[in-house]
Amino acid sequence: MKHRSAAWLHARVPGLVAALGLALACGPAHAHFTTTGMGPVYDGLMHFLTSPEDLVPALAFAMLAGLRGAPFGRRAMFTLPVAWLLGSLAGLTAAAVNAGLLVAALWFVLLGGLVVTDARLSLRSITVLGALLGLVHGYLNGTGMGLSAATIVAALGLAAAVFVLVVLVAALVVSLRAHWARIAVRVGGSWIAASGLLMIGWSVRGV
Amino acid sequence: MRIDLLHCSARLLALLASGCWAHAAIAHEQRAEAAGLLTGLLHPLSGADHVLAMVAVGLWGAQLGRPAIWVLPVAFPLVMAMGGMLGFLGAPIAGIEVGIAASAVVLGAAVAFELRPPLVIAALVVGGFAIFHGHAHGTELPPGQSALLYSLGFVIATGCLHALGIGIGTVHRRSWGRRVLRAAGVAVCAAGAFFMWRAFA
Repeated sequence: MKHRSAAWLHARVPGLVAALGLALACGPAHAHFTTTGMGPVYDGLMHFLTSPEDLVPALAFAMLAGLRGAPFGRRAMFTLPVAWLLGSLAGLTAAAVNAGLLVAALWFVLLGGLVVTDARLSLRSITVLGALLGLVHGYLNGTGMGLSAATIVAALGLAAAVFVLVVLVAALVVSLRAHWARIAVRVGGSWIAASGLLMIGWSVRGV
Repeated sequence: MRIDLLHCSARLLALLASGCWAHAAIAHEQRAEAAGLLTGLLHPLSGADHVLAMVAVGLWGAQLGRPAIWVLPVAFPLVMAMGGMLGFLGAPIAGIEVGIAASAVVLGAAVAFELRPPLVIAALVVGGFAIFHGHAHGTELPPGQSALLYSLGFVIATGCLHALGIGIGTVHRRSWGRRVLRAAGVAVCAAGAFFMWRAFA
């Protein structure tokens, strides 16, 4: 009897090991999917990349700086991410602010409008604009997150994403020489401004 | 008895393991975000009157050449958004459907007859019709969807229709292409007349 049980167990060892392996290899359920699961740096990075209300104004600012030329692009490359980081850190201790669509919509209209008109802003104006944009959106990103080591690292990840976006877009726009390509950038600005106008309408309606 | 228990527990273990083989549930996935963008992108394509008028803007811009080729597609979405804002504010505009149909008729005729008004006049014509399109279509957000992404999708799709018109309009550089373009203008104008008839019916 003892021998038979041992043989039976021996025959089922592979099945048990496989079952145990399956149990150990299970993936996270993530029922409340709020993080990337890759740590706070990527959480911050992905938050920026998946939030059009943050992404599009940064994109428009990079387009604007790129249209003005390389020195403006270089200035934007550092001003916006640093301001965004400072704004995020300042907002970490503040309670969550529900700014709704309106703040983003106003930036859409302002920056999109400046891109459409190919506004000849000075280097100082671009710096001030970038600092304001970064501080406002960074602050709104930071609010409600709570002050902890993880959220500070997330803010760093967010600023890194802003830096990468500004570098890539501004460099691309600076490199454009063809007249039609620069026009295409300005048309993109008109789309951003038009979206902003519609968003102001939604805000008025209270959506 | 002991063997049965062991047999049973192995099966239970396997069942438990399968149960644990969970993929991300993403119970609170932001489906409305993607749906908002998709709805916005598809909305301008859902009405033939809107599609024809948008393509006609591009065709006319291509016929007129610089700077109208880019001024008209830039002016249209901006004024269209203002039309949408009028809709949000509840400002009534009489004869919206007639205005949209008229845009196809007038823009089609402009392409068919190769009209070359001054840039300001052309921009005013296009902008005037854009208000009707924005008022009618820009404010139709399905409940529960992202207004931001809907707006972006709606404007991008409209801009892409302009780009399509400009792309087709490049045949204008060839003699046969000019004839084809004028024929396309006639077709748009005729379709606009049909929409006009339907609006009044």
